[in-house]
Amino acid sequence: MTDLRRPRVLGQSPRRVDGPAKVTGTARYAGDQRVVDPAYVHLVQAAVARGVLTGVDVSAARLVDGVLAVLTPDNAPRLASTEDAELAAFQSHDIAFRGQVVAAVVARTREIARQAAALVHVEIDHESHDVHLSADRDDLYAPEQVNTGAATDTERGDVATGLAHSPFTLDQTYTTAWYNNNPMEPHTTTALWLDGDLALFDSTQGVHTTREATAKVLGLEPRHVHVIAPHVGGGFGSKGTAHVHVVIAAMAAQAVPGTPVKLALTRQQMFALVGYRTPTVQRVRLGCDADGRLAAIAVDAVGQTSRIKEFAEQTAVPSRMMYAAPNRRTTHRLAALDVPVPAWMRAPGECPGMFGPEVAVDELASACGVDPVEFRVRNEPAVEPESGKPFSSRNLVACLREGARRFGWEHRDPAPRAREEDGWLVGTGVAASTYPVTRTPGSSATIRCTGPGRYRVRIGAADLGTGTWTSLAQVAADALGVDFGDVELLIGDTSLPRASVAGGSSGITSWGSTVVAAAEAFREEFGADPAEGDEAGAEMPEGSDEYAMHAFGAQFAEVRVRVDTGEVRVSRLLGVFAVGRVVNPRLARSQLVGGMTMGLSMALHEHSVVDERFGHVVNHDFAEYHIATNSDVPRVEAHWVEEHDPHTNPMGTKGIGEIGIVGTAAAIVNAAHHATGVRVRDLPLTLDHFLDRP
Amino acid sequence: MDGDIELRVDGRRRRLRVDTRTTLLDALRDGVGATAPKKGCDHGQCGACTVLLDGRRVITCLALAVAHDGAEVVTAAGLARGDRLHPVQEAFLERDALQCGFCTPGQVCSAVGVLDEVAAGHPSAVTADLTGPVELTDDEIRERMSGNLCRCGAYVTIVDAVRDGAR
Amino acid sequence: MPFDYRRAPDPESAVAAATGWAGVAFLAGGTNLVDHLKLGLTSPEVLVDITGLPLDEVEELPDGGLRIGATVRNADLAAHPVVRRDYPVLARALLSGASGQIRNLATTGGNLLQRTRCVYFQDLTTPCNKREPGTGCSAIGGYTRHHAILGASAHCVATHPSDMAVAMAALDAQVAVLGTGGRRVVPLVELHRLPGDEPHRDTVLAPSDLITSVDLPPLPPGTRSLYRKVRDRASFAFALVSVAAVLRVEDGVVEDVRIALGGVAHKPWRARRAEDVLRREPADEEAFRRAIDAELAGAAPLEGNGFKVPLTRNAVVSALRELSREQR
Repeated sequence: MTDLRRPRVLGQSPRRVDGPAKVTGTARYAGDQRVVDPAYVHLVQAAVARGVLTGVDVSAARLVDGVLAVLTPDNAPRLASTEDAELAAFQSHDIAFRGQVVAAVVARTREIARQAAALVHVEIDHESHDVHLSADRDDLYAPEQVNTGAATDTERGDVATGLAHSPFTLDQTYTTAWYNNNPMEPHTTTALWLDGDLALFDSTQGVHTTREATAKVLGLEPRHVHVIAPHVGGGFGSKGTAHVHVVIAAMAAQAVPGTPVKLALTRQQMFALVGYRTPTVQRVRLGCDADGRLAAIAVDAVGQTSRIKEFAEQTAVPSRMMYAAPNRRTTHRLAALDVPVPAWMRAPGECPGMFGPEVAVDELASACGVDPVEFRVRNEPAVEPESGKPFSSRNLVACLREGARRFGWEHRDPAPRAREEDGWLVGTGVAASTYPVTRTPGSSATIRCTGPGRYRVRIGAADLGTGTWTSLAQVAADALGVDFGDVELLIGDTSLPRASVAGGSSGITSWGSTVVAAAEAFREEFGADPAEGDEAGAEMPEGSDEYAMHAFGAQFAEVRVRVDTGEVRVSRLLGVFAVGRVVNPRLARSQLVGGMTMGLSMALHEHSVVDERFGHVVNHDFAEYHIATNSDVPRVEAHWVEEHDPHTNPMGTKGIGEIGIVGTAAAIVNAAHHATGVRVRDLPLTLDHFLDRP
Repeated sequence: MDGDIELRVDGRRRRLRVDTRTTLLDALRDGVGATAPKKGCDHGQCGACTVLLDGRRVITCLALAVAHDGAEVVTAAGLARGDRLHPVQEAFLERDALQCGFCTPGQVCSAVGVLDEVAAGHPSAVTADLTGPVELTDDEIRERMSGNLCRCGAYVTIVDAVRDGAR
Repeated sequence: MPFDYRRAPDPESAVAAATGWAGVAFLAGGTNLVDHLKLGLTSPEVLVDITGLPLDEVEELPDGGLRIGATVRNADLAAHPVVRRDYPVLARALLSGASGQIRNLATTGGNLLQRTRCVYFQDLTTPCNKREPGTGCSAIGGYTRHHAILGASAHCVATHPSDMAVAMAALDAQVAVLGTGGRRVVPLVELHRLPGDEPHRDTVLAPSDLITSVDLPPLPPGTRSLYRKVRDRASFAFALVSVAAVLRVEDGVVEDVRIALGGVAHKPWRARRAEDVLRREPADEEAFRRAIDAELAGAAPLEGNGFKVPLTRNAVVSALRELSREQR
């Protein structure tokens, strides 16, 4: 075995193992799997946000030649479990949000399914609905806990006193928009029943978790559900939990025995059916002394959830560990509305939750005349502020310093609106990033010797573009002490040992630790010279919670705002991250740059517009829900500082999938303020913020 | 209502019977079994379904199959010669200009089309002089590749790859 | 719903094939029509494919103008050497529209006839007078970022999404139409309608009317033109506001000016009032402001799109400033 502290393959940059198949388009995603004579499913959605379904007339749809079945709440089989209301397809006549699925047409072709779906006549007793999120609502409630299991509220010291004694204070409210994950691959399930077993080719971030969720709803033993997902066209959290279409695909396949069915959501349907990031309202209060040392930090976060299922975005959680201050408070409140079920989206909690506070820090630093890089350095805590635990490693300061050096921060004139070039105002800004190191329990792996010095590693992990096919094989190679080319990795299938979901940037920490444990077990049993066919396995070892473990980063932005039209462009983004050991620099850079690019997109463009009269997202396609195009992203660089953290896991990694999107929007907003003198506190940063009103 | 069409897809002749409503994208995917063109939006808003149609890059989700009888279609799969990748594909791998890979076949086809358009001297929205020769600057690549959305955020390396692929 | 598909060998048979049906559509690039078929916005009984018609040429006219066939692809038109040399406003407008892959499909006639991208028009679940007369306008009181500030009515506040048509409006283009009654010519600025109380009618054409070509008159020597598009993304997005401006300045005085606006009205909006104010005036900032203010005096922004008034003003002034600088 290679000593993982002195790795050979970790730190190298092999190209993506799955790359050749992807650049030629031969990699098979859920909708690309070859099945014989499939039927196609098209969904019918409720066009009101709240009400009771009084009738679904499928007679016209059934008359269309080629229609095989129409599922509705009136005829669909009863599910074994309706505990997860989001997955309880056709089990109730209650309409809980606009876009809820009320019928599904199964037909011979896509065209016929779509045509017949339009002929399904739905009658709903419309009740008045409420989709209005506001921090002023009198029915906000405190959830029992927030996502990740964190406490809803925390308090240390006395914020009121801290603020009262601070010469510089800030009390501002910031908002982030409703965002839809919008992976390029729409959620797709190909389902087939065979002798009582269900096979699902599914676009999922976790084959085993999808199996478990589906089996429970359908009342099957998990071993009777086979989920296959070798390639996933992006997920960003929206494929991290099973959504209702998976259940509907299974029900549809059951309705046409022996026929495989394909269900691909339309882009428009994805805005209601696969989760999204809740909009947030963040009241931030800060107090500091003349040197910029914080005496008080308070963040009160309000978000929304659906009436049928709670999801509590942990928006205020990053403020619990980011900066030192003796007096601190965080709260989370929710409005339960007639809206689709919110869920994970890349860096839930940290992504929206580092917007308000990181803009607030910029505002307060400016108020007390301290450089915003220096301000953050001065508030560096010695231990994790609320838990009192030591950090396993914390290199935020190194990131800020290195980023400032690379970006050329020292030449910055702090005065706003000081630089104009060719009709564009130019400014620069900074914000910090952070993301926790997450270990998700429940993975196991096996390793088998397949020939002299060659090994097959099996684990039901996922690659959503994150690079698992490549990076996990690198971990295995070093764990076994062989070359990268000597490892054959198998992932993405429930016939492999169970793996945790790809979420929370926990993949390499969880699966990697498991593979290392399996390699250790293998060597212990078979030594350095095993015979072909020798096989051993292991489960993920338990970790310690002695340390606070987080990744950090600093992002610098240069923003240009056109004087006459207010058009905003991000001409440069530079991030420096402290993320432990980097397994594969080529792929890691893609992850970090990709996160920053999505952060840029969030800052400038993204906003699911809810028309409160109707209750749904009205800009529900890629023409209207803008994500950044190539032209919006001229220059993005990601770097990292050397960081050796012996506590996170045997590889010393921290997870890199999400931290790139954390803090980006704040850095851009801060730069826009520096460019124009206009302080924007509500995303997105559209041109109308910078136009003089008539 | 159905129609009979013949397509040449990645060098192979295919005869198909299609519903008049069937898009070229669905005909390629469901009828021919091509997996390279992807359905990312089905409304001409993402570029994932881009192929080369009679030599030009087009989206296929808003083209009706029945209207393209006799067409020559090259998908990303057809750009490679066996195991030998097209220089643009090779550059995508080397630059890691992809993550999830779902938009990638469309990006690759679009890039090949872009290089042809630039070689033919066609201007873009960012070409300063409409009547002069066109240089393949990074700005030109970005503008010309903007019809291919990438949610993973691989744009920066896609630009690198298109530049490299032109060599 | 399923439909019949026919190919027409010549324009006359295309019109004949399209006559007599309750639901008929000409199919060219398909980039808007097929979108609408899927959304359920239209369900024709028959599609008449006109891509085989001999209308795919760009021809120089004896008077120095240009005749553009209806099925010339947007990409080919933008790349045409005469368009690039003599009509930069049109080349730029075309190149700022959609994406390269779409411009390789979309045609001249189809671009003119594309329909609004109003989110409520495109969503069968929300009322829309354009889609279903008499049901109401959901945009009023709703999401109005892409909606009109000029020439709208209480029945419809949608905007026309084309860039190309805005440039053609500024170029005084003439549209040749073949209908059951024969050939006629419609000035481009009169092709599209204001919504009034019939917002379901986008243009003055009948369903079986076929656009065969668009003529561009020649521009006098010394004329400069440009297209300025302001949008929420750097590329591949519809205009919030766009400006097509054609200007000829002699000795510091405006001899000829034509301004058309996109993204602000139900049709490409020819800013006649602004033109009237500017003609024979000194080509300076003050006159540009006065001119566009005169035009925008009639603006009636909606809740949520008031920003388009200063945006239009600033975009027009800076477009004219840039053109007049070129002529100094």
